[in-house]
Amino acid sequence: MTAAPPIPDPSLELRAVAHSYARTPALRGVSLTLHPGEVVAVTGPSGCGKSTLLHAAAGLLTPQAGSVTLLGRDLARLDETERAVLRRREVGIVLQYGQLVPDLPLRDNVALPLLLDGGDLAAARTAAHDALARVGLADAAGAVPQEVSGGQAQRAAVARALLTSPRVLLADEPVASLDATGGRQVLDLLLDVARRDGGAVLLVTHDNTAAALADREVRLRDGAVEHEAVLR
Amino acid sequence: MTELHLALLLRGPAHGYEVKQAYDRWFPDAKPLAFGQVYATLGRLVRDGLAEVVETRSEGGPERTVYAVTDEGRERLRAWLAEPAPPAVAGTEDVVRKTVVALRTSAPGRAARAVALDQRTAHLRRMRELQARDPAADDVATRLAHRYAVLHLDADLRWLDEAVEALDSPTPEEPR
Ligand SMILES: Nc1ncnc2c1ncn2[C@@H]1O[C@H](COP(=O)(O)OP(=O)(O)OP(=O)(O)O)[C@@H](O)[C@H]1O
Ligand SMILES: [Mg+2]
Repeated sequence: MTAAPPIPDPSLELRAVAHSYARTPALRGVSLTLHPGEVVAVTGPSGCGKSTLLHAAAGLLTPQAGSVTLLGRDLARLDETERAVLRRREVGIVLQYGQLVPDLPLRDNVALPLLLDGGDLAAARTAAHDALARVGLADAAGAVPQEVSGGQAQRAAVARALLTSPRVLLADEPVASLDATGGRQVLDLLLDVARRDGGAVLLVTHDNTAAALADREVRLRDGAVEHEAVLR
Repeated sequence: MTELHLALLLRGPAHGYEVKQAYDRWFPDAKPLAFGQVYATLGRLVRDGLAEVVETRSEGGPERTVYAVTDEGRERLRAWLAEPAPPAVAGTEDVVRKTVVALRTSAPGRAARAVALDQRTAHLRRMRELQARDPAADDVATRLAHRYAVLHLDADLRWLDEAVEALDSPTPEEPR
């Protein structure tokens, strides 16, 4: 008799997560599991709760009900600092509406996770340069965010998310400002986190061609999962 | 066409002319249905046990045969709706047909929303296959041909999303 191969622990697990802003219910009991090596697309109409779900998954928001387990850690049991450290070291995050520090050149914006962790400045900058080169921004490393286009800023945010070779990547509309060819290049880099490095990728997108790159689609509607389908 | 005629009869027994009128209303952008085709199809449905003749009306004018869908016909329609249309560019009309029928008949035993969402999954799977190919392995023309298919599937998907949205907004009853 051969033992069944062990099922790897999920990289991310949301259980019955519910959250309201003031009087607006944004999530009404969403459960979702993301495994290592897997790419899950979260889709649904505008306002259905995609970003709220991603913020809860990242520990940027503490949901009013339900639990979030990220890389085996129950986020509710971690304090603010512990969550920030977990994010910085193990998680890559691309937020929907920019997250670059205005006065820092792209190079330093991208190097930030390493610098905040007390990394060596020169080494951090070298890593940042490599990451920027991968997203086609080698020449814009010295520019500050307001000197670059929306698409370039989005690429820089992706470079930063990829810098630390995250085990979990959470990306909210990461290619919304890019054209088809550029978007596909950036998506391929994000998907490499799962396909090449065995990490887990949560891709929030309203773009069907992007969603069709995932292994699974979770479709939200009015803060609840309306439909879930394996695409592979 | 078989299933469309069954769907049109699902609204209640009707004669050929009523079936044609309803078809032209359901699919306003399609070529209007020819009478000859309606009668031929209805005849075939009766022969195959999917519909039956329930009465012959004359109402002063020419005699008209009134048809109704049978249980077997309902089952046939249900099975057709449960199967997403082939996600191919040439299959577009079938996507429209199934979705419109699902909306109009609220799909016996199956929510119209489920029909649209299953179709969405079939389309995404096809899109995934088309995009999985290594672009470097294809020449420009092949790449563009795939891209054409992907973008047309995307157009279908956007239309399906609008169809799902529309399910939430009440619309006036269809005239009979
Ligand atoms: N900070 C906030 N304060 C109050 N309401 C909010 C806030 N953020 C989101 N909402 C509301 O919560 C609901 C879900 O918003 P969320 O941003 O998660 O949607 P989304 O699916 O990401 O939309 P989009 O596709 O437009 O980005 C919406 O009704 C939105 O108006
Ligand atoms: Mg959002």
